[in-house]
Amino acid sequence: MERIKNKKLQNLFKGIIKENPLFVSVLGTCPALATTTSIEGAIGMGVLFSIVLICSNILISLLRKLISEEITTPAYIVVIAAFVTIVKLFSNAFLFELYSTLGVFISLIVVNCIVLGRAEAYASKNNVLDSLLDAIGMGIGYTLALLSISCIREILGSGMISFGKILTFIPRFDIPILKYVNSVGEVVYDYSIPLFVQPSGAFIVFGAILAIISAITSFKNSRKKIKEKIMLKEAK
Amino acid sequence: MDIFVSFLLAIISSMLIDNVVLSRFYGICPFLGVSKKVNSAFGMGLAVVFVIVLSTVICWPIYTYILVPANVAFLDTITYILVIACLVQVVGLFIKKYSPSLYKSLGVYLPLITTNCAVLGVVQSNSDLQLDFLMSLANALGTSVGFLIVIVIFSCIRSRFESSNGPKAFKGLPIALMTAALMAIAFMGLKGMI
Repeated sequence: MERIKNKKLQNLFKGIIKENPLFVSVLGTCPALATTTSIEGAIGMGVLFSIVLICSNILISLLRKLISEEITTPAYIVVIAAFVTIVKLFSNAFLFELYSTLGVFISLIVVNCIVLGRAEAYASKNNVLDSLLDAIGMGIGYTLALLSISCIREILGSGMISFGKILTFIPRFDIPILKYVNSVGEVVYDYSIPLFVQPSGAFIVFGAILAIISAITSFKNSRKKIKEKIMLKEAK
Repeated sequence: MDIFVSFLLAIISSMLIDNVVLSRFYGICPFLGVSKKVNSAFGMGLAVVFVIVLSTVICWPIYTYILVPANVAFLDTITYILVIACLVQVVGLFIKKYSPSLYKSLGVYLPLITTNCAVLGVVQSNSDLQLDFLMSLANALGTSVGFLIVIVIFSCIRSRFESSNGPKAFKGLPIALMTAALMAIAFMGLKGMI
């Protein structure tokens, strides 16, 4: 019983760090670069993406015995496209600011490699509960990845964190960090670098994060090797 | 004459100023994945040009004359992705029949085009912005040729630093992304052109 529970938990958490879809598998890069100019946009994108991923994973897992092998990919694409259309209409009706900020990138969830990849690699082979947990983990992992990129970009690029601009149900507030505008409207200090909210900043931030991750993994691997060597010496 | 000028301007603006990869971020996956060799990058770029232009020519009439009159314009995404998937299959069969050598060099990249966001992105933004046929065609041509130009330039740069001795952590994707950032800054300079 304990072991089964552990396995389920592992299933849920693997998508967050160990198999993070954006930073480890480097999938779904287009929205990760395009929608991360603001923290709110990134959260919105992550949530919409997670909804599509969870729904499509559940449905594909339910239908996995009905869909014959030759037509898997077209069938999956139709299922995913249907959920994307639902999400698009929903956000158009209730979250119009978010809908107009993300624009065509909501439709582009259809061709996001992560959704199709999880459908092919996981949901088509596992039961509903496992697929659901996998989708939740991957969704959270992707949202957190988007959030980390957008935090760096928004803070460095605009000098402040502002909420309530896109997700209009939150009351509007700004947190000044690198830039401070007083109540009269004068800029007291401004150390922001506007490059980071521009397209090139997205490439720089994403590249830097990938470099840091590869440095950490190579450091860990080298430490493992040294430990193994010491173990071998002691055994001798 | 006026139509011709605006057509040309639209092509240039979507090709260089608002470049697909470097400012609109469509098609990053093939941009990073298929740019290690100049030849394959060129092949991929050409295939993308072909598929984007053809899918725009097919999808625009479907949207304007079938989906809108039938009042089901919200089904556009599903229709487009099906059309693109079928188109990629048909193009693959066609090339296989008439030019096996080209098929061999494109082989792996053809099915990848279905999941290239540039194709769906262009077709979708055409119908989102309610462009007319000529402007849609200009958008498709400009975007796809822009993709071709950028992926070829990028693969040329990349084949050079693949053999150079850089920082260890930056090997592979990170340095490629930094190069893309520099290219994006360079393309930003073209903004004042029109």
